[in-house]
Amino acid sequence: MSENLQLNSEGKLKHFLSIEGLPKSLLTEILDVAESFVGIGDHQIKKVPLLRGKTIVNLFFENSTRTRTTFELAANRLSADVLSMSISTSSTSKGESLLDTIRNLEAMYVDMFVVRHSISGAAHFIAQQTAPHISVINAGDGQHAHPTQAMLDMFTIRQIKKDFSNLRVAIIGDILHSRVARSQIQALNTLGVAEVRVIAPKTLLPAHVESLGVKVFHNLTDGLKDIDVIMMLRLQKERMTSALLPSESEYFKCFGLTEDKLKIAKPDAIVMHPGPINRGVEIDSKVADGPQSVILKQVSNGIAIRMAIMAMAMQKQGG
Amino acid sequence: MSQIHIKQGHIIDPVNNINGVGCVYIADGKIISVTNEPAGFKPDTIIDAQHKIVCPGFIDLSTRLREPGQSRKATFKSETAAAANGGVTTMCLQPDTSPVIDTPAVAELIKELAKNANYPQIYPIAALTQKLEGTELSAMLTLKQAGCIAVGNANQPVRNLLILRRALEYAASHDMLVMFRPNDYWLGNNGCAHEGAFATRYGLPSIPEAAETIALAQCLELVELTGCRVHFGQLSCKRSVIKIYQAKKYGLHVSADVAIHQLHLTENDIIPFDSNYHVLPPLRTEADQQYLRQGLATGTINSICSDHQPHDVDAKLGAFPETEPGVSSLETLLPLMLKLVAERIITLEQGIASLTSNPARVLRINSGALTVGFAADVCIFDPELEWQVNSDNWKSQGVNTPFWGRIFKGRVTHTLQAGNIIHGLDKSWF
Repeated sequence: MSENLQLNSEGKLKHFLSIEGLPKSLLTEILDVAESFVGIGDHQIKKVPLLRGKTIVNLFFENSTRTRTTFELAANRLSADVLSMSISTSSTSKGESLLDTIRNLEAMYVDMFVVRHSISGAAHFIAQQTAPHISVINAGDGQHAHPTQAMLDMFTIRQIKKDFSNLRVAIIGDILHSRVARSQIQALNTLGVAEVRVIAPKTLLPAHVESLGVKVFHNLTDGLKDIDVIMMLRLQKERMTSALLPSESEYFKCFGLTEDKLKIAKPDAIVMHPGPINRGVEIDSKVADGPQSVILKQVSNGIAIRMAIMAMAMQKQGG
Repeated sequence: MSQIHIKQGHIIDPVNNINGVGCVYIADGKIISVTNEPAGFKPDTIIDAQHKIVCPGFIDLSTRLREPGQSRKATFKSETAAAANGGVTTMCLQPDTSPVIDTPAVAELIKELAKNANYPQIYPIAALTQKLEGTELSAMLTLKQAGCIAVGNANQPVRNLLILRRALEYAASHDMLVMFRPNDYWLGNNGCAHEGAFATRYGLPSIPEAAETIALAQCLELVELTGCRVHFGQLSCKRSVIKIYQAKKYGLHVSADVAIHQLHLTENDIIPFDSNYHVLPPLRTEADQQYLRQGLATGTINSICSDHQPHDVDAKLGAFPETEPGVSSLETLLPLMLKLVAERIITLEQGIASLTSNPARVLRINSGALTVGFAADVCIFDPELEWQVNSDNWKSQGVNTPFWGRIFKGRVTHTLQAGNIIHGLDKSWF
């Protein structure tokens, strides 16, 4: 389903819902197109007219600052008209269904939805239900996928490491609840890295996680050996209250990335984090702000990657 | 005095050890003879059953017709027509209606609805605990007297084991059957998919096998403690089959069924985010399916149920975890059973027994066989007839089935309930 739904009959991007089902060539194309947008932020006039006259609606059923702002900026820089809506789930559950919300906005001649929702599969559902001329970009759905985040991570990795094929990558933290991790794993494997590892206690790993194409480690010291890229995940505070972890301090002791732990990885290893960072919980400030950290680079790259994906998805409309 | 002659069909009646061509004679709603024509028999209806199978009508241990309370999903009228279309002549209704079947008034309302739908053989399962909340016992004896055939808590787990113990003890005091779907509330964790590779890939909240097997193991211990008669419904995994096997070998009087879709679908068959595959318990692995099939073949699991759960379109329209679970399945029961026969998992006799005499034995009712004197509940089907699951051939108000559009072999041509022909496939259809 994902393949057919995301690509049009010519194999071009129509919706961007998940990395799964997208070929390596398309992921590489996204990275190449993003490359061409990277300098735009430095120009005096930060806009290109690619999506002039198009209407993009950011539909955020879940809170987000970074993702929403970078999507907004990306759409603005492509000269699209942008409307951002933050819809609290409680107000939709009281009255309007997700589908009715979409139908109403459709009636306002929208060309693209950027959707974030707390339920896995919400973006797929909208893509299936929406009018055929509308593109849907998944800005994060439940625990399923966050493909634009994964692509901006890939972009950042390629900028620094140039080639994926020899890389060993470790993803550390709450894999179980992380849509970012799922998309990262799929993107890394599609782009052909040498190895993807996940490092977490069993309580934060989904069942049969190795079926995603990863090696499992429960110990940071073993897991970080020979690693080129370290991808940290944010630890939500509520994991403590649901008995997944005993305490933040114990988590930090076992899985927090400190300067000492970082030394186990390759000397030129880079440290990534999708944000927002919990300093002193999953990562030490010295590492987050240190020379190997590329966290802010990721944020800047988010705009270029989202411009690329929006432009490509709109291209299929011939517009 | 109406007399029906079912002529020259291939009769399969596991209880009476009949497997061969012959006739069934019916008078006044009862079987009066099989094979030998009774003296002075003057039928007013003759059903030509040549090249068809004639067997007892199917008995379904777990059905939801949605009334009272959810008639937007389905009604007795629509679903009894679906049952007749599927050869089902007796249905046990799960108590999770609205209101719950926990008072005689609701049980009587169901009887009334059944009568109005001209399909009287509907047995309500009474709630084991009031409002299915798992805190106070229902008035089981009163409910039994009002026509409830068993007690159960539908999909709602009884979280407190002391209350479950007392419920089983109380049911045992009144010799009532408890129908129990094992499901630990906490381990179930509001999941919607099997805890395995599929749920992991798609980030779906998941349910481990242990949610079922731990609840099953606890209940088996309580069966031994209380001596209650318990039937375990809708098992979904390998270790459940093993546990039932061991319990039976050990000497506990328990029985078990499996929902028909569990015998045909696994997590690998799920089309990502297609809510028609959203069922509870969830579709599990191939190993689980193999054990369920083997359990059926060896008699550890003695019955197949439809676990019929018709839904309105809206209930299935949404992101997968937010949709309602369940399949509309009365009408695919026969062809899916025949598919197991075609795949040599079970024999045709076993398949028919799992839908007729075995559930009758669980319920302790005089049904599920073509025994002289029994109500004439008969299913006649053409095992070779191909048909497509589409709106032309479908009676249920719920079209929520992963088999929609599928072409199946084997179709019910006639259904008789207590001698009334409640379904006859139009000749023009052929």
